[in-house]
Amino acid sequence: MEAPVALTVGIVFGAGVYLVLQRNLLRFVFGLILISGAVNVSIFVAGRLTRGASPFVPEGAVAPPAGSANALPQALILTAIVIGFGLTVFAIVLLLRTYERLGTVRTDELPERLDDPRPVDRNGDAPAGAPRPRPMPQGGTVPRTGPSGTDARDDGEGAP
Amino acid sequence: MNSVILRTATRLLIGLLLLFSVFLLLRGHDLPGGGFIGGLVAASAIALYAIAEGFERAFALLRVRPRTLIGVGLSAAVTAGLLAAVAGDVFLTGLWWVREFEAFTLKLSTPLLFDVGVYLVVVGVVLTMLFSLEEH
Amino acid sequence: MSWLVIAPILLPLAASAVAFVLHRRPALQRGWALATTAATLAASLALLAEVSRGGIVATTLGGWPAPFGITFVADHLSAILVVVGAVMALATAAYALADVDAGREGLGYHPLFLVLVAGVHGAFLTGDLFNLYVWFEVLLIASFALLTLGSGRAQLEGGVKYVAVNLVSSLFFLAAIGLTYGLTGTLNMADLAGALRDAPPNLVTLLAMLFLVAFGIKAAIFPLFFWLPASYHTPPTAVAAYFAGMLTKVGVYALLRAFTLLFTGDVAWTHGVLAVLAGFTMVVGVLGAAAQNEMRRILAFHIVSQIGYMILGLALYTPLALAGALFYLVHNVVAKANLFFVAGLVRRVAGSSDLDAVGGLYRHRPWLAIGFLVPAFALAGFPPLSGFWAKLLVVLAGLEAGAWLLVVLALGTGLLTLYSMTKIWQRAFWAPAPEGLELRRDAPAAMVVPVAALAGVTILMGVAVEPFLALAQAAAAEMMDPARYVAAVLGEGGTP
Repeated sequence: MEAPVALTVGIVFGAGVYLVLQRNLLRFVFGLILISGAVNVSIFVAGRLTRGASPFVPEGAVAPPAGSANALPQALILTAIVIGFGLTVFAIVLLLRTYERLGTVRTDELPERLDDPRPVDRNGDAPAGAPRPRPMPQGGTVPRTGPSGTDARDDGEGAP
Repeated sequence: MNSVILRTATRLLIGLLLLFSVFLLLRGHDLPGGGFIGGLVAASAIALYAIAEGFERAFALLRVRPRTLIGVGLSAAVTAGLLAAVAGDVFLTGLWWVREFEAFTLKLSTPLLFDVGVYLVVVGVVLTMLFSLEEH
Repeated sequence: MSWLVIAPILLPLAASAVAFVLHRRPALQRGWALATTAATLAASLALLAEVSRGGIVATTLGGWPAPFGITFVADHLSAILVVVGAVMALATAAYALADVDAGREGLGYHPLFLVLVAGVHGAFLTGDLFNLYVWFEVLLIASFALLTLGSGRAQLEGGVKYVAVNLVSSLFFLAAIGLTYGLTGTLNMADLAGALRDAPPNLVTLLAMLFLVAFGIKAAIFPLFFWLPASYHTPPTAVAAYFAGMLTKVGVYALLRAFTLLFTGDVAWTHGVLAVLAGFTMVVGVLGAAAQNEMRRILAFHIVSQIGYMILGLALYTPLALAGALFYLVHNVVAKANLFFVAGLVRRVAGSSDLDAVGGLYRHRPWLAIGFLVPAFALAGFPPLSGFWAKLLVVLAGLEAGAWLLVVLALGTGLLTLYSMTKIWQRAFWAPAPEGLELRRDAPAAMVVPVAALAGVTILMGVAVEPFLALAQAAAAEMMDPARYVAAVLGEGGTP
């Protein structure tokens, strides 16, 4: 039973690696999600597979019955899923913000946008001349104004 | 989103979902459930409300900032661990107070307090992320 | 006793919970962060005193006996690193009083920083591989948020690289943990030390290489370092200095722990790989620094090159070399973070830390020049500063082991480090100020005091080297004899 699951893990992992190697960072994040799923399943298999016996302690007993599933990998995976969930959401928020301020999520275009002196406006439009990205759905809300006064000081290229 | 069906359904569902989240939280010690999953259910209830009625009203419904929820939840979880010191045990040792009443048995414990903390942290974290996505 | 081990984690963690609630009171948060980090330092010092008096201290949470409960262990290595971490946290909290702007404070700088400190200390003290992963993620997510707080354009560009590479590293780590569990059925590090000895050696070496990649990315060793110089120059100085001092060192700590406690079955191969990587890390880092022209970028590349020395000490795997690696680590945390602090002061005073845009600082701000000279000369390895002893120990260990090529590389790297430091000195401090440079305001005391204090530590470690050396040797002796660690966790001393 372990072998086909292990094979599945390999295939999903491979698909994830393919996506991670893309220049588009959104695909990169999707790749990470696939890999993290594959890793979680591999931890599950590492605890060995058992069928039809959940590791619950029956009323009145002090230990789960013999032959029930290994509960530890499930606890590990739950923790890993929680962490992965948080990291993925953070990465997506970061990408969204990057897209708004720099106008691209392609790794090869990011450095050029950084040196572009023309500002990207807060609706995510690229500077004139640069390929215009598709507008993000705004839902009619006003974007929050960040502490823009601090940016010049911390951009590394701030002129004295 | 302006949909009568969604708004009507949400009005019915939100109470049920929040009740269900508390149910999950309370049964979580020995059975499937617990603070994390309960917190996710509660957060999705509020997210549903936000989609149906708008984020401002969801914010008003919540009354506190999500980040405060994280702080309170984290404090509750840490306190649950620290209470073990009062009994002279190691950090996070479970302590139980069981009281028999006529109709039922009340079981209070530090693991429950810990789970309540986790519940609040999860609601806080998910809503912080959701609201910060909405701000864009 | 058992509480002492987890106090350096619990204090900042509990304090961050309070700081989250105080989000409307930045002034209160600032004082709170400062008080907490001071208390954490006191607790860490007490822990180190306890460890050097009574040996390794271990405790398991919730009263579950090891290896079933989550173990926290303080041996000399962990206790020393926690003290260094607490010193850095205190210095950073003080520096942040003047360096972190109101906008970032409003977004939650202080609670995030306290979470970061708790994560770093947790990683140092845990005795469980999966728990180490959890602490890594705790510090990682706090560092992500701190790095991108404020969403400056350069910050986002650097942050994306940092986040992406570190996420990949985390997945490698998790995959390696899964395979380790499949192979041995345990994740308690003391338990693993025995279980891995009985496992098939080729599989164990494979696992060792997986962990090497995962920790190597965190530690920024060759060829996995490229994310570091791409991101560390972007956030506010207080953040960058703590990152530069501590975060890569968590990776180095994980390598030190893994390759002295867990993977010692095939030293010729695993530590041979480490030696090659150490050589490349030293040389590539220092050459990268030579090509840069902005203070913080130069310093970021030097972090990489200095990591090479520590890995070299680990690769040589003798008591002297390990003591040298640890001494180097401590010296480097203090000196490197201090240089970042000084770079921040230069930006504050002169408006930029680009070497083309500043100059004449020695003439106009002599105290700042001295503040730079102490850590810079320590980094280059001048006697009698701390870096001299650190380099001496590693080089001596190299000579003892007959690793001539690595010794030559280490000495050459030292020379090139001197070149970079002289470049900064010559252009920012010595050369006349460029036309139109106006030195703005004077630096606030909150920024000057940490610089002076850390310079004091650097000088103290150089002049009164004996007690520091004794501690490093005690740690090295423990690392060379994993049986003591195992006995403390699983033996009678392990149960609370």
